[in-house]
Amino acid sequence: MTEKPHIDIDYVANLARIDLSGEEKAKLGTQLNDILGYFEKLNAVDVEGVEPMAHAHQIDNVWRTDDEPGPTYGPEVLTEMSPESRDNQVVVPKVVE
Amino acid sequence: MDYEPVIGLEIHVQIKTRTKMFTAAPYAYGAAPNTLTDAVVLGLPGTLPVLNHTAIEKCAQLGLMLQCEIAEVCKWDRKNYFYPDSPKNYQLTQNEQPLCIGGKVEIELPGPSRNVEGEHRWVTLNRIHLEEDPGKLTHESFETVIDFNRAGVPLAEIVTEPDLYSSTEAVSFLNALRQLIVYAGISDCDMEKGQMRCDANVSLRPKGTDTLGTRTEMKNLNSISNVRAAIEYEIRRQTEILEDGGSILQETRRWDAAKSESFSLRSKEEAHDYRYFPDPDLMPVLFPRERVTELGAELPERPLDRQRRYQKDFELPYTLTSVLCPERELCEFFEAALLEHSAPKAIANYIANDLLRELAEASEHGQSALSISQCPLTPAHIASLVRVIDEGVISKQIGKEVFSEMFRTGNMPEVIIEEKGLKQSNDSGEIEALCQAAIAGNAKAVAQYKEGNAKALNALKGPVMKATKGKANPAMLDQVLRKLIDEG
Repeated sequence: MTEKPHIDIDYVANLARIDLSGEEKAKLGTQLNDILGYFEKLNAVDVEGVEPMAHAHQIDNVWRTDDEPGPTYGPEVLTEMSPESRDNQVVVPKVVE
Repeated sequence: MDYEPVIGLEIHVQIKTRTKMFTAAPYAYGAAPNTLTDAVVLGLPGTLPVLNHTAIEKCAQLGLMLQCEIAEVCKWDRKNYFYPDSPKNYQLTQNEQPLCIGGKVEIELPGPSRNVEGEHRWVTLNRIHLEEDPGKLTHESFETVIDFNRAGVPLAEIVTEPDLYSSTEAVSFLNALRQLIVYAGISDCDMEKGQMRCDANVSLRPKGTDTLGTRTEMKNLNSISNVRAAIEYEIRRQTEILEDGGSILQETRRWDAAKSESFSLRSKEEAHDYRYFPDPDLMPVLFPRERVTELGAELPERPLDRQRRYQKDFELPYTLTSVLCPERELCEFFEAALLEHSAPKAIANYIANDLLRELAEASEHGQSALSISQCPLTPAHIASLVRVIDEGVISKQIGKEVFSEMFRTGNMPEVIIEEKGLKQSNDSGEIEALCQAAIAGNAKAVAQYKEGNAKALNALKGPVMKATKGKANPAMLDQVLRKLIDEG
């Protein structure tokens, strides 16, 4: 907890598939490190005896019980949003060799 | 050095619901591309997922069938990755707290021959979690095309421990798993339709050690025979590398069924970093214990438990139980017939042999056999047929004829026997007269019989059966012939 948080901006940018300039890396790297710093503050809070929660709201079992089919989109909703399509399917560059 | 393979499987099973896991869009295999989507499926901004309660309960039932512990609390995580099969760039899944924990599946290994029961053993499971199916990618020559119909379908991922030690065990496991799931009505597990898919992790270790070697993961195994072939290929490949003093690279490989070989998936993803985190849009699920009990009570007896019961209580041989027990509908048909006439062996025989043969023959040429639900016969037909044979109304031989007629017309056996005049002849006078004629007409057979060849009697029975059109009571015929010859 004493160790200063550090984010590997190149690694994170690669995972997010975004290209950053050197200037952006410096700026965003600092900002992200600051955000991690807030978590350090949270880590410092004494939570002894407090049950972990999965969500900020104490609500559970929110679901549909009827399993009744609802409305669907026509294929054009999707194909109109995509750069390229053929026979109602989206076309992308080949993703396996 | 001798190596031993260690195999773990991850099996994805589509849960049979009408709507998707997190939205009310329907799913059906074979629908026109991209006609089964909505805003949630496409991950459009501002949409929120809502859990499908039916899918959760069916997954819990799957867990109970596979003897898992059902978690009191489970929750949902995002698995982040970029791949065009996912419209939102993450998959909703259960990473930290899955619905089903542990579990075990009883499998039967192949016996020395088809008619002989093989060894049984238990395979340990790690967990079952619920997630959403991604869309379907089709790789063409230069492009990949995407159909999102499948995206969002409730998918159970069953993860085994590395507890399988040959391709044969893996195949036995998959067969046992499929039977359990189909029995419980959770999925149809049709691998051709993608309802059940399998990834295999394979590693080798020196025989007799219990360390785990470096494993590779094989994807795209969409039939049982592919699973067998891919595992065997991978065992050979790794053995050759190790024997040459090389080391195994941990990697994902893709099985190419057409070429019967696997190749490394060139992975630029480095070590997978899915950055799992709790999904903020979905609330946890609390599973009340009393509901677990209720769901368990709805489940059928497991196939191998049923097999043991049939062998013990009804003294049915393995050759019959191994045909009946893998199919729940056959068992229910059998048990319904038993309620009408308690003759387990004869009824099981008619179902496992005559009925299944007729169902196979009745199907269109080249089509798969009719299922028991399409059968023109009811359990009462089989029970009545066995009863009239047991009561001596007709012989077993005539029974075969009545069976075929019953299957063709759907009439009850009593009606057919009456209409066709098939009632067994118990007229001892008539039978005796015919026997005397047969004895007079075949001195050779009589001599052979007297010399101790009991089978020679059949040559004498033939003409009598022919004259009575098969209706002579076989027991009476046998008795009369012996008496006449012995006295003569």
